[in-house]
Amino acid sequence: MPDRKFLSRDEAEAITRRALSFSTADDARVNIQSFTHGNTRFARNQISTAGDAFDGQLTVASAFGKKVASATTNRFDDESLRSVVQTSERLAKLVPEDPEYLGELPAQQYVQNKAFFETTANLTPQQRAQAVMAITGPAERQGLISTGFLDIIVGSQTVATKKGLFAYQTGTAANLTTTVRTPDGTGSGWAGVGENDWTRLNPAELGDRAIRKAVLSRNPKAVEPGKWTVILEPTAVANLVQLMMFSMDARQADEGRSFFSKQGGGNKLGEKVVDQRVQIVTDPASDIAPASSFNGQGLPNRRMVWIENGTVANLNYSRFWAQKQGKQPTGFPDGFAMSGGNTSVEEMIRSTERGLLVTRLWYIRQVDPRTILFTGLTRDGTFLIENGQITTAVKNLRWNESPVFMLNNLEAMSAPVRVSASESGDVGSPVVVPAVKAHDFTFTSLSDAV
Amino acid sequence: MKRRDFVLQGAALAAGAAAGQALLPRMLGAQPPREDWLQDPATRQLAMRALDAARTAGATYADVRIARNRQQALGTRERQITFFNDGDTFGFGVRVLANGAWGFAASREVTPDEVVRVAREAVAQARANATANKRPVELAPTERFPDAKWTSPIQVDPFTVPIEEKVDLLLRANAEALKVQGARFVNSNMFFLKAEKTFASTEGSYIEQTLYRSYPTMNVTAVGTGDFQTRQSTDVAPRGLGYEHVRNSRFVESAERWAQEAVAKLTAKPVEPGRYDLVLLPTHLWLTIHESIAHPTELDRIMGYEANYAGTSFVSPPADYLGKFRYGPDFMNIQGERSSAGGLSSIGYDDEGVKPDEFLIIKNGIVNDLQTTREQAPWLADWYRAQGRPVRSHGNSYAQSWSEVQFQRMPNVNLLANASRDVTLEELIADVKDGILIDGDGSFSIDQQRYNAQFGGQVFKEIKDGKITGLLKDVAYQMRTPEFWNSMDGLGGRGTYFVGGSFFDGKGQPSQVNAVSHGSPAARFRRVNVINTGRRA
Repeated sequence: MPDRKFLSRDEAEAITRRALSFSTADDARVNIQSFTHGNTRFARNQISTAGDAFDGQLTVASAFGKKVASATTNRFDDESLRSVVQTSERLAKLVPEDPEYLGELPAQQYVQNKAFFETTANLTPQQRAQAVMAITGPAERQGLISTGFLDIIVGSQTVATKKGLFAYQTGTAANLTTTVRTPDGTGSGWAGVGENDWTRLNPAELGDRAIRKAVLSRNPKAVEPGKWTVILEPTAVANLVQLMMFSMDARQADEGRSFFSKQGGGNKLGEKVVDQRVQIVTDPASDIAPASSFNGQGLPNRRMVWIENGTVANLNYSRFWAQKQGKQPTGFPDGFAMSGGNTSVEEMIRSTERGLLVTRLWYIRQVDPRTILFTGLTRDGTFLIENGQITTAVKNLRWNESPVFMLNNLEAMSAPVRVSASESGDVGSPVVVPAVKAHDFTFTSLSDAV
Repeated sequence: MKRRDFVLQGAALAAGAAAGQALLPRMLGAQPPREDWLQDPATRQLAMRALDAARTAGATYADVRIARNRQQALGTRERQITFFNDGDTFGFGVRVLANGAWGFAASREVTPDEVVRVAREAVAQARANATANKRPVELAPTERFPDAKWTSPIQVDPFTVPIEEKVDLLLRANAEALKVQGARFVNSNMFFLKAEKTFASTEGSYIEQTLYRSYPTMNVTAVGTGDFQTRQSTDVAPRGLGYEHVRNSRFVESAERWAQEAVAKLTAKPVEPGRYDLVLLPTHLWLTIHESIAHPTELDRIMGYEANYAGTSFVSPPADYLGKFRYGPDFMNIQGERSSAGGLSSIGYDDEGVKPDEFLIIKNGIVNDLQTTREQAPWLADWYRAQGRPVRSHGNSYAQSWSEVQFQRMPNVNLLANASRDVTLEELIADVKDGILIDGDGSFSIDQQRYNAQFGGQVFKEIKDGKITGLLKDVAYQMRTPEFWNSMDGLGGRGTYFVGGSFFDGKGQPSQVNAVSHGSPAARFRRVNVINTGRRA
């Protein structure tokens, strides 16, 4: 019976040592994720499902020379550990060589991140239900329909190698999102946030924001698709900017199959690609967006500046590609913080003659990787701004746009804030972005969806 | 006390007392499951113990799923392997109704003590949830299956096929692709799943099932001057079959063509935006069916339960649509089923113990039925009674693993082929003056009520005066669901039929992945809005 929600450092160390003691391979790595995943869902102003799952995953990667394979189990007893090691070794002996395998890392030094909070780890189903009621109660009293999701993960991650590397970190994360709809089906408002520390969430305030948006968004009017000045709230900015972050792979760029490929060969390192006010950083030591201390190979994550003054300061180099190109491996940008400005959303609205205010984006899918062009729709709070004021809700619109174009067309930015960046509302990497005002955002058609 | 309750309690007591004790120690200490764990009587005893604990704690209904998922994934690029992983996860989940509300808990420790702890925790969850609830959950009745078994109709268990054979097949396919001049990069993968699961409920069902899924896939990239283009292997779909699917897929033989088509896109003509007639092959159309028909006819979505993520549906309220709304032409029939051999959603019994039936979601172009679970079927009671049909679940409950709660997921949803005649692809093309044929699914996006969608593809062929005249690129069409399906004026016959599908369909919070097949013939649509997606940086 688990009396804790995840493996402690001592337990993780004992398990990895045990697993590696069964290893007969030239090289081996053990990764463990151990966690309790709790959630509460609500729909139509009441809880629809809730649950807690206690689980874990242990992966062993074994190598004979450059022949590598891995196996995964969710059981940590001796017999299972021996079996998973043997499976990975059996597979490794059978697969062809991976010429890019560089061997496992020896012991490393890590920056300790601040991603674990007791307040989140100790949250009970009853407290989760109370948080939900802080949204459903006011929604119901105002004759509105609230739906939403509270997602909590409490866990630890471990990497250990046969060469003596041992990395361990704990983390907690809470994501709360809600969509409030009007009973006539003409209005819908959304609000959401992700945090590591539960006490930084304010369910009542979040519910109130969604409620106000739902009421304001009733009876939307149609506007013409085309190029619009937009004010993107932070969630919508994150929805877009993270797509650019996912595209910053150095190898893809060097191979000529990325926006970050340079005409005629090479990549865009050092080239200005977006507005010079933009800076994007990943940092395990960050208080507001603590990235992982290490990646899956146990490589330390350090503070990385990806975009500086609008210029590509770094691309994501794997260990192999870094060695081949004479660079330092960077690790994958796990969460990020974007710089902001000092213009509030209210000021952005006041300064806008004609434009659209966008709450969040939906069903975002790549259309053309050459320009990081994606398509998707606006959702749950889209408003027309005329002469410095919100004048009406508007029907949702499909857009075909690239974060690169959007960040080139910047007019103003707000102070950056932590957001829930995923469309799904699941706990994700920490993302901090500002609200943004940008011109010439491309909308291609209207949607009747509310 | 009803007789059924008595019998069940008797069984549960036995599990904890006499017969069970001898068997239970084998499962102690979260030992790995033996290969025959599914048939092991100890498994059944653990399930009964969990149900008994839930009932004792106050559950009015409980089900338990003990499950093991084995997964294998391997990847290559060009002439080398990039990863090979074997995954194995084992655990159980208990779902209960207490005070009219759902509760769920799960654990990877499949032990006698832990099943009791988790069952009690699920009941505590339900009680916590009930405090916020006003409408108690009611379940439609279902048949009891005290000793049911089902297995995917496979010929070759993918987990028994030598690793060398799998790697060799991918690397040979890569080599074929790389023979094509201009094809610079190729990635290929295989994914396999073997899911073994038991289901036991306080209503007396005990079901053992084993299902398989197999999916070989390739992506070829051609690089030209200032341009790159890709082609995915969309004419080889994922299937609920064994390794025979890989062997029969002509994967190696097709690789050269996929590479040629990627290279040809570099010099293809960018499409001129405008309205075109579209001839859509089933390698493409399955995804349009999935997004614009299968998702909007999920009853939980229609009723608002997925409003915060997956969205709601324009098919709402159901009473305004059932028997009334014209989705498409008279010859359009959309079927839901979980019985087709090789269907990714095919299964003997769903994850709440219901035997799925075959039903027409759209009949002669009109909305006829919706996807349901036991909780949802009663919401359509008026419609079913008016039709003289029983109020029963269509068996559309599914959970991606033991660690997640089951909820409504789509069955295989198919567009039935032309019933009157085996209309050929050539016939569909012959009647097009100015159009585009689309092969393969590409970029896809649809709004949260399933009205406005945009779809790309893999290969685009220009049709002029009934003939294919060349290749196009940067093509995507935008549509509004009812207008799009009502613009369908040509439906291919059985000869054009193909079953596509998705291995990774997301829904729910937390997001759960489902796999589902969609069969379709080729079909023709008139005057659809086509945009050019190419833009300059």
